[in-house]
Amino acid sequence: MNVAATFLAAAAVLGVLAALAGALPDYVLKPNLRAPAAGFGTALTGAAGVVAGIAAMTGDAYTADVPGLLPLSGVTISIDALSGPFLTAVGVAAVAAGVYAVGDARSRVAQAMTPLFVVAMLLVPAAGGVGTFLVCWELVAATSLVLVLVEHRRSPEVAVAGRWYAALSQLGFLTVLSGLLMLAGQAGDSFAALRDASPSPAARGVVFVLTLVGFAAAAGVAPLHIWLPRANTEAPSAAAALMSAAMVTLGGYGIVRVGLDLLGGGTRWWWLGVLALGVLSAVAGLLRAAASTDLKRLLARATIGGSGLVLVGIGAAGLFAAAGDRVLAGVALTAALLQVLGHAAYTALLFLATGSVVRATGTRDLETLGGLRRKMPVTTAAFGLGALAASALPPGTAFISVWLLVQALVHVPPGTGTTVGVAVPVALAAVALSVGLAVAALGRAFGIGFLARPRSAAAEQASESPPVVLAGLGLAGLASLVLALGPTLVLPALGEASALAVGGGDHTVSGIITVQLGGIAGTFSPLIVTIALAVALALAIGGARLLFRNRTRRAVSTWDGGAGPPPRRATTFAVPVYGDGGTEGRVWRPALAALNAWGRAGRLLATGSVHRYVGYGFYAVCGLLVVLAVTR
Amino acid sequence: MNVLGIIAGVVQPVLLLAGAPLLIGVLGSVRARLEGRIGAGVTAPYRELRKLFAKEQIDPGGTSEVFRLAPLLLLATTVVVAVVAPFVASRPAIGPAADLFAVVALLVLGAVALVLGGLDTGTAYGALGAGRRLTILALAEPTLLVAILALATRAGSTNLATIVTATLDEPLRVVSPGSLLAAAALVVAIIAETGRRPVDDPASLAEATMVHGAAELEYAGPDLAIVRLASGMRLAVMLGLLANLFVPWGIATSAAPVAVLVGVVALVVKILVLGVLVAVAEVFVARLRLVRVPELLAGSFVLALLAVSASFFLA
Repeated sequence: MNVAATFLAAAAVLGVLAALAGALPDYVLKPNLRAPAAGFGTALTGAAGVVAGIAAMTGDAYTADVPGLLPLSGVTISIDALSGPFLTAVGVAAVAAGVYAVGDARSRVAQAMTPLFVVAMLLVPAAGGVGTFLVCWELVAATSLVLVLVEHRRSPEVAVAGRWYAALSQLGFLTVLSGLLMLAGQAGDSFAALRDASPSPAARGVVFVLTLVGFAAAAGVAPLHIWLPRANTEAPSAAAALMSAAMVTLGGYGIVRVGLDLLGGGTRWWWLGVLALGVLSAVAGLLRAAASTDLKRLLARATIGGSGLVLVGIGAAGLFAAAGDRVLAGVALTAALLQVLGHAAYTALLFLATGSVVRATGTRDLETLGGLRRKMPVTTAAFGLGALAASALPPGTAFISVWLLVQALVHVPPGTGTTVGVAVPVALAAVALSVGLAVAALGRAFGIGFLARPRSAAAEQASESPPVVLAGLGLAGLASLVLALGPTLVLPALGEASALAVGGGDHTVSGIITVQLGGIAGTFSPLIVTIALAVALALAIGGARLLFRNRTRRAVSTWDGGAGPPPRRATTFAVPVYGDGGTEGRVWRPALAALNAWGRAGRLLATGSVHRYVGYGFYAVCGLLVVLAVTR
Repeated sequence: MNVLGIIAGVVQPVLLLAGAPLLIGVLGSVRARLEGRIGAGVTAPYRELRKLFAKEQIDPGGTSEVFRLAPLLLLATTVVVAVVAPFVASRPAIGPAADLFAVVALLVLGAVALVLGGLDTGTAYGALGAGRRLTILALAEPTLLVAILALATRAGSTNLATIVTATLDEPLRVVSPGSLLAAAALVVAIIAETGRRPVDDPASLAEATMVHGAAELEYAGPDLAIVRLASGMRLAVMLGLLANLFVPWGIATSAAPVAVLVGVVALVVKILVLGVLVAVAEVFVARLRLVRVPELLAGSFVLALLAVSASFFLA
């Protein structure tokens, strides 16, 4: 009995049941029972996904072929070590979002669609054939589009977000479809057959570029990220958490699966392209996040940055593998996979904590929040933990994955060649910059939104969310903490998965308390650093208690240098980065205008004259005959 | 764990904590003399700390435990860095923690704690100072990181002890173009991070012109004493790191009493010399307008990037 396959099947069944429960009419299942049924059903689906993912990471491979289920291609399921981290990431986000949704989901459509969305996301990394992969991929896009549009009555912005999302996700699907079908047309449907096939280098390059466009759009990587801040701001909080935490990681999965696994590595320029996309999104996304005043938009932009870091890791892995350094490639890919897991945990936490705030105050504008730590202590603590985890500070979750990435980049032997010699310092600089910007963006969001004084009546009258919502936050927080303190629990398995993908040796990463890298000098212990910090803090607190034990703290009013009332604006804080236009104004608007102009130019050909249309037909046939006569 | 490491783990934090006020005092005295004043003497910071510690503790209205814990976290992060990084001895007390990435991140964590403490007061000056500090931090941290990574690339490890040992083994590496660029970038980043001129003016009396002073405005009594002590220690720690990354000679490589003593003396001399240089430079430069500070930091970031590139191509 294969554990991974069993639990994946269980997840699919549970998810469909939860979706049915969410869709049942009120006279069959009362609304107050429907939310728990759908929500906890989603959470159980996610839990089964986590078990399946962990089983897959520990080497529980599985392949099955069901020819009759889908016309033409059939359904092929294949779970391997590389599927594991992504199954786990989707599962972790789904558990937290599902429990959260019990307390914060009023819409029946959302309740019915969320479990299906989770099942679709779990099936993407488990797909073992082109047909299956494409069906699951489109299912993810379709269910998430419905989730984005759930609150369409609230504001016209939702429709705008839906249009952007639909256009970009379908554009991405189209390029992935054409790329994969090109590959499948030569070798066959199943991934195993594709691995054995050897297409020409030019064909492989075309396939890679086509699929990269689609996967980059799904990962929310600049300049294809334009849908992400809109869709994640307008979708219900649980759905936004799932999209930001789990769905974007599937873009990374696609690049690793197709580029490294199916196409077997490829040439340097592929991975330089991935690296460039990653560097661009990591810096631009976090730069924009540091200047955002809408809490959800800020997190969405931080997600773009996190996605960029994953792509930096994948790009570096591919680059090193193409240059023949399998050890470094393994370390870089391990960093990317750990970043995927951490991203799923802390992004879910941050989005759900924001959802809890929006639920209590009705606003997500940093200008009107503030002072929440008194009214909502648990939510404040959850957001604080998420911000710490996401900003690569010890003892945080992202800290260790960024450390691993830096290890891979620093250990490149000098004089490896001009391409690597230029790419690696730029990647290092981008990673360092993104770390600093993440600290600024998330520290600012936490300090302004949760500390200080309330800046509006809504923030002043906020009350803490119900226990089930807080339980959702707690589960995501727990996952973040486990990854922050015990990354060594998952790192060896991630190392094996990476070694499998890039063809390196085993034992890339080992150690229980201390992370030890195989092949290069690198040891580090997140646990010891955390303990040292905790001991030092305890000593400081104890020392202060002992020194001042006879004194009581006297409450006074703030001095503020004799200044007037506190500032009401959060933007006094914002770093002026670049105009409001951003990528949309600079890239997308001109591109759309050009397409429109092209369309209007087409009208000149069609004047309404029938003679002209007959003439077109005549000349087209003549032209075709001439071409055939010349070439045949 | 080794004998040298244990000695270092005890001696370094005690030395840096006790010596930090002296460093601030020396800086103040040198500056006063150069400006034609007599100054308050090198022991003035000790007297001030004693005065502040004797005062009562105050909770400004509307502040929470974030405000009260921030100074202690600032101190704790600095102490951890003082324990693990190579200052007196080349072998750290906790080997796997002496990573440059961890050390920089710990220093940033302390700064972020103080920023949040400033924001927690909900006052105009607190928000102003915190915002400015966070902006500077967002640019100074990458510079610190990339500049030290340039040295790490050369040594083939991000462990600070390994980097220092590598420089001890091959002294000529210090004069390579990559090292010099990294040193220049580090100096700028450290000056920005510790709030010295031309980025911030510790002697300024007008709160609105200040970065650090504004964020710490509501702290008083023992809380302020801890903030001052920890800030002084941060300066000492950063100058010590700068010194040992580029001029590690004198650092103890064995646990012999003489070697440790030489290590202590060498560290004190190095930090004091660097401190005097900082003070002298402060007399001759004016404070930059705040909008120009990001330009300065961007420049130093580019220097750090060039340093990494140089250590790749010119190795």
